[in-house]
Amino acid sequence: MSAADNSQSQDAPPTFEAAYEIPDIEHPLREAARMFARNKAAVGGLILLVGILILTLLVPFFYTVDPFDLVWAPLSPPGTENALFGTDYLGRDILAGIVHGGSATLAVGASAALLAVVIGLSVGSLAGYYGGWVDEVLMRITEFFQVLPTLLFAMVIVALFKPSVATVAFAIGVVSWTAVARLARSEFLRIRSLDYIKAARSISSSNRRIIWFVILPNAMPPLVVQATLAVGGAILFEAGLSFLGLADPNVMSWGFMIGSSRDYLMDAWWTVTIPGIFIFLTVLAVSLIGDGLNDATNPKLRER
Amino acid sequence: MVEPLLEIKDLRVEFDTRDGVATVIDGLDISLYPGEILGIVGESGCGKSMTALSVMRLVPVPPGRIAKGTIRLQGEDLLQASEKRMREVRGNAISMIFQEPMTSLNPVFSVGDQIAETILLHEGVGKRVAWQRAVEMLDAVGIPAPEIRAREYPHQMSGGMRQRVMIAMALACQPRVLIADEPTTALDVTVQAQIFDLLKDLQEKTGAVIMLITHDMGAIAEMAQRVVVMYAGRKVEDGPVDEILTNPKHPYTAGLIGCVPHLSVNPTEERLPLTDIPGVVPPLTRLGKGCPFAPRCVKALDKCGWEMPPQSVVGEDHRASCWLIENDEI
Amino acid sequence: MTEDILLSVENLKVHFAMKRRGLTGPKSFVHAVDGVNLKITKGKTFGIVGESGSGKTTTALAVMRLVPITSGTITLGDFRLDQLQGEELRRARRHMQIIFQDPYSSLNPRVRAGAIVREPMDLMDVGETSEREDRVAELFRQVGLRPEQQALFPHQFSGGQRQRIGVARALASQPDLVVCDEPVSALDVAIQAQIINLLRKLQDDLGLTYLFISHDLGVVQYICDEIAVMYLGKVVEQGDRISLFTEPLHPYTWALLSAVPSADPALRDQKNRIRLQGDPPNPIDPPPGCRFASRCPFSQDLCTRETPPLRPIKDGHLVACHLVSDDGVPPQHAD
Repeated sequence: MSAADNSQSQDAPPTFEAAYEIPDIEHPLREAARMFARNKAAVGGLILLVGILILTLLVPFFYTVDPFDLVWAPLSPPGTENALFGTDYLGRDILAGIVHGGSATLAVGASAALLAVVIGLSVGSLAGYYGGWVDEVLMRITEFFQVLPTLLFAMVIVALFKPSVATVAFAIGVVSWTAVARLARSEFLRIRSLDYIKAARSISSSNRRIIWFVILPNAMPPLVVQATLAVGGAILFEAGLSFLGLADPNVMSWGFMIGSSRDYLMDAWWTVTIPGIFIFLTVLAVSLIGDGLNDATNPKLRER
Repeated sequence: MVEPLLEIKDLRVEFDTRDGVATVIDGLDISLYPGEILGIVGESGCGKSMTALSVMRLVPVPPGRIAKGTIRLQGEDLLQASEKRMREVRGNAISMIFQEPMTSLNPVFSVGDQIAETILLHEGVGKRVAWQRAVEMLDAVGIPAPEIRAREYPHQMSGGMRQRVMIAMALACQPRVLIADEPTTALDVTVQAQIFDLLKDLQEKTGAVIMLITHDMGAIAEMAQRVVVMYAGRKVEDGPVDEILTNPKHPYTAGLIGCVPHLSVNPTEERLPLTDIPGVVPPLTRLGKGCPFAPRCVKALDKCGWEMPPQSVVGEDHRASCWLIENDEI
Repeated sequence: MTEDILLSVENLKVHFAMKRRGLTGPKSFVHAVDGVNLKITKGKTFGIVGESGSGKTTTALAVMRLVPITSGTITLGDFRLDQLQGEELRRARRHMQIIFQDPYSSLNPRVRAGAIVREPMDLMDVGETSEREDRVAELFRQVGLRPEQQALFPHQFSGGQRQRIGVARALASQPDLVVCDEPVSALDVAIQAQIINLLRKLQDDLGLTYLFISHDLGVVQYICDEIAVMYLGKVVEQGDRISLFTEPLHPYTWALLSAVPSADPALRDQKNRIRLQGDPPNPIDPPPGCRFASRCPFSQDLCTRETPPLRPIKDGHLVACHLVSDDGVPPQHAD
């Protein structure tokens, strides 16, 4: 019906049905996808991220040099035969480190962000939905974690347990959920007061149903954006911890590469700079995607 | 014949949208004469507010543009005026009050400062004089204890008080034209009645011309002498209020009057169904060549869908655009 | 007589606690609804009219058990709504449904129209599962939508159509009472008439009982059989639609009638128009006496000291004003 309306020629008189009918509007998700596709920076970020994922997840099967093997003379500059990106102070292949160390970096980033989102969402949604003393208590706890010197706290956690990918991810997740919690709380507060929540209650929906199936889907867009930003933050955090020597020494990661070579920055810039560039590119890609998602899902920024 | 103070001729405003060009105002002629209150009435999306923004030259460009026409204020074409000249005109010769007084006032300045600011900007008087004038204006719009109230901030005031402040600000520089865009929609009826009384009172005192934009035929009846009925960016009928209320010629005007249950002092047991206008205002990107109201008009002829009806004079100072009049069917 | 009463509200109070000022400040209360009595007859429309802060919407939400009740009883048929909790309350909900003011915020934007209308039946177990699909299609037709439109999302409808979806959702559980909270005030004038006509037709067809909340006296006069005028949490006057509008007794009712801008010259040129000064005061810790006293042009000493009771003047016409005489003469201006 509506398709026929659209194809109506300009000269024909509009019909009664045409006046009754609202023109077809896109599904929100499709509209968001279209807005995202129009954002060049965001699409660039997406392509970059896909490239990095291929590099860290697929290339290791083809480039099988062990990143811990001593393959060449120490501190060989990039372009050396057999070591495209050069070697570090022990003679380890930096390209192998990039290829094999990326997955650990990304895994820490993604799982730390996931943990931050899970904690933040639980705290924020309960505080925002129930309000009152629940809100008071949960927000005081959130503020406690906010004012905590995060790096120090994460260092303590890692130092207490054995440094491993899991503990590093846990430490980062535990210190970075507060932003998600605040955002989730404000979204829940806003949506809770809308009439469709009253409507849901008046048709006997339980609190659980309202929180998970009514409010959460509507609160998702800004939370997804916040999650992508959290991934970027977590990768940087991991690099920082590794730089301070608080990473698992048996697992290669980009942060670990920077941390272990930090003393040679002046003599062999590539040992630190190359993994640094990859961290930079990854965080940039994730942030660009996050920004793009934000713009795409924010109707206020939509130009008609 | 009295010269009009403000004259809009053959105005056409277009907006670029995803679905193509929307003609939000087309071929609009409106004249405002000294000393009158003119009502503009229609559903949302009929171009009432866009008319006001065009007069203020505040149509957002892009995506909008004024494609054609003239808007003359005492002979001067505002559409040709420089941006600098327009800044002088706005708030001085022509000023405007809006629907939501809270968002139109700056929350971080006291209301007295905001009114004084307008006066400083346009009149080149000293700060002390401007403040004094601001207090006088607050007094004039019926705010009790104006010296004290002038130091208050917008959030400390009620909706009715804020709208009074907006009116004081709009009238501070003695404008010749005051555009009131749905000034009471956000207010309670008893407060609305106060604001209407105030506007009428000030209009008599200052002699400013008021263009009252509303969707409420009752408000038009109460306030205005003449009314312009707009639909989908076109004027469909205009004339004296009493004449139009008792003898509407355009089916849309008749629909607007008949679709609202009118309060009566002696209601009857029997209640006839309200005349409803079926459907909604069509998207302005997809208007055909004919009368824009034709798709919703119960009396529409074949011709209505194909050809735009001309404007016919149907009474003294009363015009309507409808084929039924041309065909002598009304 | 009494078996005809569907909803009866007795001495309903809804007070909200305000945040304390500072740590030790006194706790103040908003007396949103302060002792309201209503009796609504089956198959009729009962209107509550008032300005913002009058407590009309809070009364509606209290009846729907969507705000906590401070005290009072609410009886809907056999249910003591004020006492029900948990599972019992959820079972009772299918007998009362609500239509909201804003057709944009009252529908979940992520759910398709058909699912919105079906949800009440699934959640409250109304009818056989197998019949629900047909029932949704029938409801769509009943409210003037096409069943094919079930697959669309709310934002693909116009405001008037969205309000129709809201009406269909309210009717899905075959309720006895439908609370209409300003159902047309957010709509364009031409669309208002469509929805009002629809509500009246549905009432005729289905024998619905409406509790109709509005600030628009014209709409209330048109659609309601009996009307209560509220001011700051209290009913100041109540009567059937003929007697309330032909012989308004309370000065506030009178002021409301005079404030409505009207196309009717008879109404516009009335001699005794009352113009109120100022805005309605806010309902935080209201003073004793008549709540309207501060704005009433006839106010006397007695009015600020004693709260006037709502007393019957004649059959079914009640007023809460010291100055109305027992045989129904409203206060007059001295001149």
